[in-house]
Amino acid sequence: MWVVIAGLGALATATIALRRGELINAMWLVVAALASFALGYRFYGSFVAAKVLALDPSRATPAERLDNGRDFVPTNKWVVFGHHFAAIAGPGPLVGPVLAAQFGYLPGTLWILAGAVFGGCVQDFVILLFSVRRDGKSMTEMAREEIGRLGGFVAYIAVISIIVILLGATALIVVNALKSSPWGTFTIAMTVPIALLMGFYLRRLRPGKVLESSAVGFVLVMLAILAGKWVSQDPTFARYFTFAAPTLAMLIIIYGFAASAMPVWLLLAPRDYLSTFVKLGTIALLVIGILAVRPVLQMPALTRFVDGTGPVFAGSVFPFAFITIACGAISGFHSLISSGTTPKLIRRETETRLVGYGAMMAEATVAIMATIAACVLQPGTYFAINSPAGVVGQTAEAAASTIRNWGFPVTSAEMQSLAHAVGEQTLFNRTGGAPAFAVGMAHIFSRSLGGDAVMAIWYHFAIMFEALFILTILDAGTRVGRFMLQDALGHIWRPLGRTSWYPSILSTSAMIVAAWGYFLWQGVKDPLGGINSLWPLFGIANQLLATVALCVATTIIIKMGKAKYAAVTLVPLAWLVSVTFTAAWHKVLDPNPRIGFLAHARQLAARAAANSMPGLSRLILNDRLDAMVTGALVGLVALIVVESVLVWGRVLSGRNRVEVREAPFVASRFAAEEQA
Amino acid sequence: MNHRQITRRGRIVRALLLLRGALREIFDESAYARFLTRQHVPSSPAAYRAFLRECGIRKARQARCC
Repeated sequence: MWVVIAGLGALATATIALRRGELINAMWLVVAALASFALGYRFYGSFVAAKVLALDPSRATPAERLDNGRDFVPTNKWVVFGHHFAAIAGPGPLVGPVLAAQFGYLPGTLWILAGAVFGGCVQDFVILLFSVRRDGKSMTEMAREEIGRLGGFVAYIAVISIIVILLGATALIVVNALKSSPWGTFTIAMTVPIALLMGFYLRRLRPGKVLESSAVGFVLVMLAILAGKWVSQDPTFARYFTFAAPTLAMLIIIYGFAASAMPVWLLLAPRDYLSTFVKLGTIALLVIGILAVRPVLQMPALTRFVDGTGPVFAGSVFPFAFITIACGAISGFHSLISSGTTPKLIRRETETRLVGYGAMMAEATVAIMATIAACVLQPGTYFAINSPAGVVGQTAEAAASTIRNWGFPVTSAEMQSLAHAVGEQTLFNRTGGAPAFAVGMAHIFSRSLGGDAVMAIWYHFAIMFEALFILTILDAGTRVGRFMLQDALGHIWRPLGRTSWYPSILSTSAMIVAAWGYFLWQGVKDPLGGINSLWPLFGIANQLLATVALCVATTIIIKMGKAKYAAVTLVPLAWLVSVTFTAAWHKVLDPNPRIGFLAHARQLAARAAANSMPGLSRLILNDRLDAMVTGALVGLVALIVVESVLVWGRVLSGRNRVEVREAPFVASRFAAEEQA
Repeated sequence: MNHRQITRRGRIVRALLLLRGALREIFDESAYARFLTRQHVPSSPAAYRAFLRECGIRKARQARCC
C-alpha cells in the first residue's frame, strides 16, 4: 500500500512541479499533500519517534503522575489531537499562503509540503515530547534550563515581540477586510452582543453547556450575516456601519483594550468558544467544498514576481516565500502550545507523535486548502484585490490597466461585477489576504452549494470567520501579553505583578494595546498597504521563535547522547537561520525602497527635503522603528544560536557534565494495565 | 444484522463518541464535569461561576496561535 501512496505522491508532485503553460486541477495539490504527509508521518515521524526520541510506552507522563483533574488529566489521544489542533490553527495558515500565491502556486505548495514534514511537524513533536518529559514545562523554562539564562531571556523577548507584531499585522487584515464594508462590519459588530448573550446563557440559563450555547451563537451569527445584506442595502443603516480604515483601526484598538480589561467569562471565553466552533466547522466545509468541486487552478505555477517585484509584498521568492507562508509550514508559536496545555493531557509518551506531528500535518493541509482558494481566482482578479493603490494606481481603471500590463487580463467592469456579486462596493486594493481568501472560498462554495445567487452570503461568511478568528486572537493575545508584562514588572514593583489589581490591569493592558496599536496605525497609514511591511515582520518574528525552539530541541538531543541524530532538528534550524537572517537583512538594508525599511526612509526623507509634505516624518519614523525591531530580534536570536552552539561544543568535547533535566522515570500503570 | 455490520456500526459509534469527547474537551465541558466531580457538587449557576473563577486565569493565559 505504501508503494502505491509513494507512487501517487510522486506523480502528483511531479505534475504540479513540471507542468508549465497549462491549467492543472487542484486535486493534484491535494493528492501530493495527503501522500507526502502520510509518508512523512509513517516513516519520518516513526524514525524520529524510535531512534531520536526513543519514546517509551512504559514511562508515566505528567498527566498520569500528577493527575489532579484540573491541569494534569490523562486524556484519550484523539481528544488531545482535536484539542491541540484547535489551539494551533489560526489565521496564519490561511493568510500566509494566499499572500505567497503572488509567486504562483508552486513555491508555496512545495514549501508547505517539505517545510511541514521536515520542519514544522518535527518541531511540534520534539518540543511536545521534551515538555512531557519535564512535567509540562514551557518553552521559555526549557530554554533557560537547557541553554542558559540568556536563552530564557531571549525566548521571553521573542514571545512578547511576536505577540505584539502578530496582533498589529492581524488587526490590519481585519481593517482591510472591513473598510467601506457595512455588511462585514455589521456582522462582526453583532458578534460582540452575541458573545455577551452566550456568556449570560452559560452563567445563568444552562451552566456549562458550552457546545449548546456555541451552536445557539452560531445560529445567531448566521442570522447576523443574513441581516447584514439588508443593512448594507439600507442607506440609513449602511451609513452607521461604513467606516474608513483609520476609524476602524481606532475602534479595534478600543475594543482590544476593553476586552483585555473585562472579566474573562464576560467576553473572552464565549467569543473564544464561538470562534473555535466556527473555525472547526469552516475548515471542514472548505475541505469538503474543494473535494466536491475539484476546481481548476487559474494561477500559473510561477509568476513573473518570483524576481521580487511583486505588488502584494516586495521581495524575491527566496527568502520571502518562506517567511510569508509562516505557520502553514513551521510556526514558532506552536512551540508555545506544544509546551503549554497539551503536554499536561498526554496519556502515553507514544501518543506525542500523533498529537505533535499529526496535528501540524492537519494544519499544513489547511494551508494547502488556502493556497487552492487563492489560486482558483483568475490571476488578474487576485492581483486586483491584493495590490495596494500605491503600487497599481488610485482608480479602478488605472489599477486594471497596470495589472493587464503585467500580463494578467482584468477589467474594471469585471471587478465591479464581482464586487456586486459578493455584496461589496469595490474589491480593488483589499490587501491583507482575507478578502482574496474569502472571494476564493465563496467561488468554491457557490459551485457546490447554492450557485452564484448565494456567493455574497459565502463571501461574508468567510470574512466573518476570519475577522472573528482574528478578533479572538486580539483579545486573547492582548491578555496573554498583559500577563507576561505583569509577571516581568512584578519583579520591579510587586503590586504591578498582581494580576487582579485594577491599576496594574489597566496600565499593562494600555501598554500592550499601544504597542500593537502603533503597528496597526502605521499599517493603516502606509501608502504601500501596510501588509508589505507588517506581514514580513510578523513572518520573521514567528520563524525566529521557531529558531529558538529548534535550538532548545537540538541542545536536548545532543545532551541525550543522540548527537548522531541531531540533523533532524539541526537541518531545519540551519534553514530557518538562513531564511530569517537573509529576510531580515533585506528588510533592513536592501537598497530597493519597496523592500528595505531604511532605503524607504531615505527615499521619503529626500522627498520631504524636496517639498514639505505633511505626515512624511511619521512614515520615516515608522520605517526606522521597523528596521530597529527587526535588527533587535535578529540580534537576540543570533545570541541564542551562538550560546546553543557553545553548549553543544562543551557537551560534545566532554568539557561539561551532561545534565538532562528530565523528570525521573516512573513506570506507567497504563502500560501495566495494557499488558494485563 | 450480520457480524460485519455490527462491527462497522460499533466503529462508527466509537468514532462519534470520540468526536463528542474531543468537542467536549475543546469546549471545556469535560473540564467542568471534572470540576463538579472534584468538588462533589451538582451543576448550578453558582458551581459554574466557581469553575469559571478557577479556570479563568488559566484560560486567559493560554496563547492563541497565529
